[in-house]
Amino acid sequence: MRKMTFKQISRGLIALIVVGVFPLLTTNTFAQHVMILFFMFGMMGVAWNIMGGYAGMFSFGQVAFFGIGAYTSSFLLITYHVSPWIGLILGGLVAALVGAAIGYPCSNLRGHYFAIASIAFGEIVRTHFNNWKMIGAAEGLSLPMLNEGFRNFMFHSSKLPYYYIMLVFLIISLGICYLISTSKIGYYFRAIKESHDVAKVLGVNVVWYRLIAIMISAFLTAVAGTFYAQYVLYIDPESVMLLPISVQIVLISMLGGAGSVMGPVVGAAILIPISEITRVWLGHKGTGVDMLIYGFLITLISDYQPQGLPGLLTSLGKRAK
Amino acid sequence: MKKAPCLEANGMTKHLGGLYANDHIDFSVEEGEIVSVIGPNGAGKSTLFNCITGFYPPNDGKVFFFGEEITHRRADTICKMGVARTFQVVQIIGDMTVLENVMTGALLRYAKIGYAVKKAEEVLAFTGLGEKKDFLGTALTIADKKRLEVSMALATQPKLLMLDESMAGLTMVELRGMIDLIKRIRKNSMTLIVVEHVMEAVMEISDRVVVLNSGKKIMEGSPKEVVRHPEVIQAYLGERYVVSQ
Repeated sequence: MRKMTFKQISRGLIALIVVGVFPLLTTNTFAQHVMILFFMFGMMGVAWNIMGGYAGMFSFGQVAFFGIGAYTSSFLLITYHVSPWIGLILGGLVAALVGAAIGYPCSNLRGHYFAIASIAFGEIVRTHFNNWKMIGAAEGLSLPMLNEGFRNFMFHSSKLPYYYIMLVFLIISLGICYLISTSKIGYYFRAIKESHDVAKVLGVNVVWYRLIAIMISAFLTAVAGTFYAQYVLYIDPESVMLLPISVQIVLISMLGGAGSVMGPVVGAAILIPISEITRVWLGHKGTGVDMLIYGFLITLISDYQPQGLPGLLTSLGKRAK
Repeated sequence: MKKAPCLEANGMTKHLGGLYANDHIDFSVEEGEIVSVIGPNGAGKSTLFNCITGFYPPNDGKVFFFGEEITHRRADTICKMGVARTFQVVQIIGDMTVLENVMTGALLRYAKIGYAVKKAEEVLAFTGLGEKKDFLGTALTIADKKRLEVSMALATQPKLLMLDESMAGLTMVELRGMIDLIKRIRKNSMTLIVVEHVMEAVMEISDRVVVLNSGKKIMEGSPKEVVRHPEVIQAYLGERYVVSQ
């Protein structure tokens, strides 16, 4: 079926080499930082895509999984000195369990109703964390400064290790998404996205497959959360659980083209630099001009290219012929 | 001991609000038979289908499939046991190709994509959609969409196939094609229950006809008996026509 062609593989390899050597060519840490955020949001976009693009569950609550991942590993590290790498796995599992627990009662919600429920879920989790004394409530958690190194998942002198770790995470996520899209569960997800009725007559256990999609998506998003905590070394509900992060994740995937493996990466490659650069250039004035420009671009895209950039490229291609 | 019928429904009852969409309907289908369910609009035909296949929970009554009770089972479980169905309003996966649509059905019996593709191609060759296997679902005509839906149902390898108005809205040529397809499906020792308005088709393919009106079964018999029965004529055409017969 949708096997990768030689052209796609070679393109992928070239892209990989470019991003692989990029940080070695520049000492500009801002550029490296933007790239790291690009990978991170790309990964969360890929995770969203499994749930939203393939299985049709438009989640605006991904930030809850992101936060749960960040908090689980940070809390375990601070309180029990658990390695962040173990925290990363545990955070993913906790997020997957929470996702299943909230996803199950939402089994019959589709379309807008699922989106509304997911916003509520994200906000409930944030409010809860904002008041939860054990994990620092609104003050958040500061991670202890440990010795630099891969074992501690902490690097102080350079952003490069973070860069490569996140790149590897992104590639693994893409691999998982590719495997899903070419296997039975990918086709079942797409049947569910079309309609629950059509999925049921094809013998698909809709509730179960939706939960699988949610759990995979939650796990990957939580892994990005742990990474973020290790990267900035300070987390609070206002930085890892805000609704706009969820919206950002959805925008990235929609812009890049939901339902294709590489879509979210394309979306992240465009939106993250725009949002970071406008923020750095214009954000400090406190006028919100960066958000204005950002919002304007999104409006343009959704007005003229609701299928995302792939839609734009195919329509341009048709015009060229 | 007598072999259990392919499908047996006892006292099927479904209220939708205060309305009895199905009111204690009993009927059974023997293996290898084609049974048509007919009746005016709103008679409860689709509701009956939905109750049998697990899409609606019936309020009362029991359904047996080869002697095993399937009442209140999940729709996908019933499908796995071997009951496939189509919908009155065509249900296909619009952004998949014809082949992918059918393959998704075949995945119920094969875990590997390769085997499922092989099975799907087999089914498409049988239903006559082979040449259109790379078309997107949305690009098909209504007749081909209905044919695709039947193909998807067949790909799940059912023992009982339930078709809900697979012939409505077709041209004469397309209708002939569909009747022909149903006859060929039957030759593969399939049991069929068909909800149909197109009497021409009903007369030709059915072994038995069950007539519903206002949620009740008003009669059952061979196609010829049914169309002559005064109560059936009354249900469809009104009392005047019964008298004038």
